[in-house]
Amino acid sequence: MSTLIGRRLILAVVTLFIVSLIVFMGVEALPGDTATAYLGQSATPESLASLREEFGLNAPVHQRYLDWLGGVVKGDLGESMSKRKPVADLIGNRFRNTLVLATAAALIGIPLAIVLGVIAGLTRDKWPDVFVSTTSIMGMTLPGFVTATILIYFFAIRLEWFPAITLVPSDVPVLELLPNIVLPIITLTLIMVAHILRLVRTNMIDVLTSDYIQMAKLKGVPYWSMVFKHALPNAMLPTINVVALTLAWLLGGVAIIETVFNYPGIGQLMITGITDRDFALVQGIAIILAVIYIALNLIADVLSMILNPKLRTARGH
Amino acid sequence: MSDCLVDVNDLTIGYYTQRKKLVHVLMGVNLQIKPGETLGLVGESGCGKSTLGQAMMGYLRSGSQVLGGSVFFGEHNVFSLNSKQLESIRGRQIALIPQNAGDSLTPTLRVGKQILEAIELNANLSGSEAKDRMIELLGQVRLPHPEVMGERYPHELSGGQQQRAVIAMALAAEPEMLILDEPTTGLDVTTQAHILNLLRDIVSEMGTAMMYISHDLGVIARVSDRVALMYAGEIIEDTDVVEMFRMPAHPYARGLLESIPRLSLSGIPNSMPGQPPIPGTEPGCSFAPRCKFTSDICISEQPELEAIQGTEHHVRCHNWEQVLATDFSQELEQVFRTISRAAHDESAIELSEVAITYYRPGITDRFRSESEPPATVSDITLSVKRGETLALVGESGSGKTTIVRTLAGLLPAKDGTIKFEDFDLSVEVDKRPREICKDIQLIFQNPDASLNPRQNVAEILDQPLKLYFPKMNRDERRDRQIELLERVRLDGRYRLRYPGQMSGGEKQRVAIARAFAADPEVVLCDEVTSALDVSVQAAVLDLLADLQQERHTTYIFIAHDLAVVKAIADRVAVLYQGRLCELGTVDEIYSPPFHPYTETLLGAILVPDPDHEPQLLASDTPELAPPATGCSFQRRCPYTLGEICEQEIPPWQKTASRGDHSIRCHISIEELKRMYKDKELIRLDHNEHLENEPQIVHANSNVSISSPEADDR
Amino acid sequence: MTTATQSAEITTTVKRRSPLAETWDNLRRSWAGMLGLTLIVVHILIAATSPYWVPQDPYQMSADNRNELPSAEHIFGTDKLGRDVFSRSMLGGRVTLVVTLIAIAIAILWGGLLGILLGLLNGRADELIMRLVDAMLSIPWLLLLLIIISVMGTEMWVQTLTFGFTYGILTIRVARAATLDFVTSEFVLSARARGERKRTIVMKELLPNVRDVLLVDGSMNWSWMLLGFTSLSFLGFGVAPPTPDWGFMIAKNREIMAIQPWSVFGPVIMLSTLIIGINLFSDAFAKALGLDRSQGAPV
Repeated sequence: MSTLIGRRLILAVVTLFIVSLIVFMGVEALPGDTATAYLGQSATPESLASLREEFGLNAPVHQRYLDWLGGVVKGDLGESMSKRKPVADLIGNRFRNTLVLATAAALIGIPLAIVLGVIAGLTRDKWPDVFVSTTSIMGMTLPGFVTATILIYFFAIRLEWFPAITLVPSDVPVLELLPNIVLPIITLTLIMVAHILRLVRTNMIDVLTSDYIQMAKLKGVPYWSMVFKHALPNAMLPTINVVALTLAWLLGGVAIIETVFNYPGIGQLMITGITDRDFALVQGIAIILAVIYIALNLIADVLSMILNPKLRTARGH
Repeated sequence: MSDCLVDVNDLTIGYYTQRKKLVHVLMGVNLQIKPGETLGLVGESGCGKSTLGQAMMGYLRSGSQVLGGSVFFGEHNVFSLNSKQLESIRGRQIALIPQNAGDSLTPTLRVGKQILEAIELNANLSGSEAKDRMIELLGQVRLPHPEVMGERYPHELSGGQQQRAVIAMALAAEPEMLILDEPTTGLDVTTQAHILNLLRDIVSEMGTAMMYISHDLGVIARVSDRVALMYAGEIIEDTDVVEMFRMPAHPYARGLLESIPRLSLSGIPNSMPGQPPIPGTEPGCSFAPRCKFTSDICISEQPELEAIQGTEHHVRCHNWEQVLATDFSQELEQVFRTISRAAHDESAIELSEVAITYYRPGITDRFRSESEPPATVSDITLSVKRGETLALVGESGSGKTTIVRTLAGLLPAKDGTIKFEDFDLSVEVDKRPREICKDIQLIFQNPDASLNPRQNVAEILDQPLKLYFPKMNRDERRDRQIELLERVRLDGRYRLRYPGQMSGGEKQRVAIARAFAADPEVVLCDEVTSALDVSVQAAVLDLLADLQQERHTTYIFIAHDLAVVKAIADRVAVLYQGRLCELGTVDEIYSPPFHPYTETLLGAILVPDPDHEPQLLASDTPELAPPATGCSFQRRCPYTLGEICEQEIPPWQKTASRGDHSIRCHISIEELKRMYKDKELIRLDHNEHLENEPQIVHANSNVSISSPEADDR
Repeated sequence: MTTATQSAEITTTVKRRSPLAETWDNLRRSWAGMLGLTLIVVHILIAATSPYWVPQDPYQMSADNRNELPSAEHIFGTDKLGRDVFSRSMLGGRVTLVVTLIAIAIAILWGGLLGILLGLLNGRADELIMRLVDAMLSIPWLLLLLIIISVMGTEMWVQTLTFGFTYGILTIRVARAATLDFVTSEFVLSARARGERKRTIVMKELLPNVRDVLLVDGSMNWSWMLLGFTSLSFLGFGVAPPTPDWGFMIAKNREIMAIQPWSVFGPVIMLSTLIIGINLFSDAFAKALGLDRSQGAPV
């Protein structure tokens, strides 16, 4: 098994390397450059040249890529030109805020999704399933900004239970942040639950029609024991990877929810970065999100290897 | 009825299709099983036998419903019990042993744990007592090292071992009744014989009643006291096992028994025309459209299951008196059709010292000092004569499919040469010229998989025609398609059907037509009949024999069923772990002297005769890979001579000065002959088979307990 | 006797139908699928014809009629600039539909063909390209779209190509996986053993089987693409104003949601009915083809 994990690790590093290349090149290709965007109307050829000199924009592309990559490996994401601050400092608190949002949503969402998915799977094609499945289609496919907008209208404008937007600086302590982010958490949770529960449901149905469940029933195993001991573990195995993918995918789209709620997170910063043509900032955020994506997948792979006896006992190639 | 353990009364089960149409599965089934009795329930696929078995446990497939009748288990009407009450009967009083043990064990739970669960639920034992019982059970089903086996996950056991574990689970509470749903289908013959022996022993020891469901009449003859035959959702004959095989009274029973190839009779058995109707769609007897005794009453009135002159022999036929008027054993001998064979003396294909391996060294492997594993197939030298049928036989993992895939060009040979018309076939198909491809055609085992579900028959047959006869125009191809379909005895209108709209036998005919569309010299048949029902199998064998006679086609025929091989082959090559053991004509292979492995295989065959008893020679322990040195059969051989067998590759020995029959063994031919005679004498002395089968054949348990993947490479 | 033969004939006539007709038969019996299909068709009809029948000029601003609540004249009221929300909602899907429909065709075509090819070759090239695909997928999808759109610009045909390319990456994986399922099947082995050329194997043996998977995946992918496209325009990276567009309308009208909620509800209803329609249809379509739509996120 350790060889298998080792292979995954090497693959992850290779993928990350390719990502860094794509991200760097993609951002480099953005029209205009930071210097122009930063100086705006007041730019003179001289001031542009000196700014470019200062940030090393005149070096050839491959040189700059290697410099940047070297920095990233050491944890130095470079300097933001528009904010005149190290990228790491800019990201710091906002990354924490996004993490708070995502973690809260995951902690509520994953267990909820599993429970609902199991219920839907057990009551296949009966009303609880139809209800849960239909709602989940909407939750999954409606864009985050639509869900968020509807929630804001009812809970912030009509009922006035929660604030419509977050009006706190990015560096408030987590505890002060929490009451402000009920709606963003609900939005994110809804989307996540919808994604995961559909999968749990499908896997559950697959497992429930398997020979070994029929066997368990004919062996006289009581219903709930059949569900929890025989069905659920097998239905969950293929779910692990998808939970990781869904989490990572949601993180990629979290910028929209942050924008809707004006939440000081990393996604909002990313959009500012693109508008400002702040190369270093966008590259930094992209590489962080890619690392998270790859790490989540890696964790899921390892986890399913540990939990799946078929993989665990494989002698590995 | 109090003396019955199970009483099925006029049971009718059906389901509604998506279009809200009622489809029957069982039609008014009546069946009683007494305590301690073994009933064999036999029928072809789709006759409802599994549904009946599950219904006895109060289980219905989702969507199915009971439309009438009842099932009593002891005092209880199983369909009026609530789920709690059902749970208390299932496993405790009536247990199931399912067909596919591998799929019936929960993959995430250790085998021992699953057996423990059954013990705790049903046998009121707990803690260390339960654990002891679990280990005892694993020992009782003769699994080696019960403590170790209990700690394993289902996928770490071989097919035969999984089946034993499931049997142990069913025995946990010492139930009064076992329902066995094709428990040995898909296992190798030797494994099957071992498992059946085990079951017989357990039943006689514990006095358990059994209902044994199978399509295989050989298995049924071996295990049953009584046999019930099903056809289209009805029981059509129900009698004592000897009566059933010696004096069947239903025309379908006779037809079925006559369609089985037999070791004792040579030639191709009779086939039955037509196919079973959907239950409940015939106004009269459901077998009437296929029956040669059909009279007016058969078409208008459904026959009842009636006793023959006050005996326990029940039959559902208006004309059973007419049927019984002919003696069955005479009738049987007359229906076998011997084929005149016209093999030429020149060879079609010559293999010399062929070796094939699946091993592809990876980049990292090149730097390791590990040596290459022994090749999957090695040292194959044989020649196939033009117009003959050469059969390759052996259990799973014997390399027979590998050899055929190489001949077909799907896999290159590692060493050796394969000569076909001055061309070397050891290369893959894309390096062969078109004419060579055309001359060698392949037919697969399962027509469901080998026909593209998205093409209709016309498109399927068009592929080889377009490829090999580019000059043919559309109309010519169309005419040729119809001609081909007619040659495989299908109507030309089948051109417009899709595979999903045909029966298994029809699909296999289309696959055969596709192979013959190329006008080939050699046809490779990979288990072409093993996915088919027996009555259909006979027809396909017959068709293949006819096509061969017309065109002098050469067949290389893979089969695991030695009776089928006897029916169709001219010569036989016996393979074990990719190495040849014995080579000779059919008559030579099926009579002594035998290679120890051939003897093992032949001994394990079950024939449709209740008096026949299989002889278990070697253990059924599966092997992962061939041994690095010496004889391939050394680890399982009952007569092994020790060091010489482990070190040296045995020599080919001719059994007679004339002929080509040769055996590859260190034991001399005289010795092999003598051993066989001695055994015959012992057999007459005391009629006991090997009670204690040899368990672990070699010390390295890592190898002996193989992963199931290794079995069906 | 007559009834028996009749019923037998009926079953054979039903059975004789081609798989395509059978799929349609199955689809027709699903109320959800038919509702979904209806919603999609209605949306396409609205997009095609709305300029000719909307009650108000969608571009007409009016300082006197700002933030008006729904009335007979303005069914969904007006927005901040006094424009008719109903008319703008009807027209708001035109660009979205055209871009995503063409893009989805592009995605299925290039992603599907490349995926099948990779599955068939299954060698070095496959390994290399799949690494690249993995890398592309580990970049946050929104960022990837934003960068490409920022680099390429927001012209309609550019956006079409961008979306076709980006979402085709997802199709590669699906097509490759489906192909791998079939490559080892006996009917493909049989074609290989006959000595058929690669092209024939792809076109005759693989494509007809992978086609179903691709169609189902395409219809799902369409809703993901809509999600991506409207998200971009919500963030202001989409259709240039004043052309009405749902995403941008929702973003802008949010500001007046407290006083004129229908300015947001209008586009929200339109967008939601389309997406729900597509999903109901995809689900039923997959079931009708005998495939199970089990994938979650488009990754």
